[in-house]
Amino acid sequence: MISGDTAKLAPTERAHVIADTIVRPTADDVDASARFPHESLAAIREARLLSTMIPAKFGGEGTSFRETGGVVEQLARGCASTAMIYAMHQVQVACLVRHALAGGGPGYLREVAAGELLLASATSEVGIGGDIRSSLCAVEINGDQFVLLKNAPVVSYGQFADALLVTARRKPDSAPSDQVLVLCERSGLELAQTGTWETLGLRGTCSPPFSISASGSTSRIFEQPFADILAQTMHPVSHALWASVWLGMATEAYNVARRYIQEQARRSVGRIPPEATRLAELATAHHQLVTLVHAATERLDAADAADLAAASSQVEMNAVKVAASTLVVDIVGQAMLITGMAGYRTNSECSLGRLLRDAYGTKIMINNDRIMANSAHLLLTVRS
Amino acid sequence: MTDDPIRRVLDGHARLPVSAWALGDGDNLYEAGMTSHASVNVMLGLEDTFEVEFPERLLRKATFSSIASIRAAIEELIASPAT
Repeated sequence: MISGDTAKLAPTERAHVIADTIVRPTADDVDASARFPHESLAAIREARLLSTMIPAKFGGEGTSFRETGGVVEQLARGCASTAMIYAMHQVQVACLVRHALAGGGPGYLREVAAGELLLASATSEVGIGGDIRSSLCAVEINGDQFVLLKNAPVVSYGQFADALLVTARRKPDSAPSDQVLVLCERSGLELAQTGTWETLGLRGTCSPPFSISASGSTSRIFEQPFADILAQTMHPVSHALWASVWLGMATEAYNVARRYIQEQARRSVGRIPPEATRLAELATAHHQLVTLVHAATERLDAADAADLAAASSQVEMNAVKVAASTLVVDIVGQAMLITGMAGYRTNSECSLGRLLRDAYGTKIMINNDRIMANSAHLLLTVRS
Repeated sequence: MTDDPIRRVLDGHARLPVSAWALGDGDNLYEAGMTSHASVNVMLGLEDTFEVEFPERLLRKATFSSIASIRAAIEELIASPAT
């Protein structure tokens, strides 16, 4: 599927080729059946894009967050679900690159790179009300082995992942907020699906609830407390890479609207179509989103861990998430108005239905209201 | 034990499963169950009680990780409030 020439391209260019040849052509079927995008993931693996962010000395390419965000954007042009899966995977990779496992050494990163492994996460839990900084389940340790049981309300592509990063209380008598992050590999993992994933959008992420039973070596527990991993890496990287998904979706909607206007203009040369002004407005909003998202990934590359964990940085990254998810809904809605019936139809070249449904998911996954409440709290501590 | 305003603030705002009087000065408050959300309220309570304002450089997890670390920060702020 991937030609030799493609393999030599930069990660973003490889993603561009895959988005046009495999991801977009399969996106409608993935959406209609709410199925895992197997073809797209196979192509991503073949192009060695799952390991791209791992340092070169461990078998990856050491791509920056800015470049990784670029890959996410390209994939999102074709299919938001595929791009979300890719972005969520890279968040887990970033945790492994920046935070050591108790066993030490880069052994697992080498495995991820060599096998193009797909990583997922299970941070939410049934019964904690959506606060990922609190766990009910706990790690139980016997000698050098751990056991962990967790009821997770949503585990994106859990069934198709090679490993899950799972949060839990450090030990059975730990407080709910005293959490660790545990790398649970497929060999020690049993997943029992306890519900379905029938949603309006982002259907290909396949995110039903699971009852998770995991066991493995204690060397697979992260050394640092989860609170630090979350503040320094998982929170900022999630928001920046997810926003890169929203940007790719917005770019796709913008391109559809632009092509539609140009087609109209060709039919009556000399007269600017009335919707063209709306396209100019859309271009303005799109430019805002480009600037916002690229600044976020560049900031990740420039800032150190302590800097990212500061309250002011967290507020900033929260703002990126809320602003980007609001803008993408506006932009897809604008594109729908511009394309009119062509965009509203589900069987035209300008169909925007899937993008519109996917776009609404962006405000809901980590609900914007929750994020604003978090920022309001953090702002009590921001000085200067 | 004599009165300890830091422990009073912790009992009022840290939402620990045990009283702060049951903890040693060096015990880790996060491991004892203080959330980052609760630590913000602890900070506000300390600022009110001691009439100080924590500068940016002290607004880190380590400052609020134990009664001893809080005491050190408060003593430093009272000694030289401007820095």
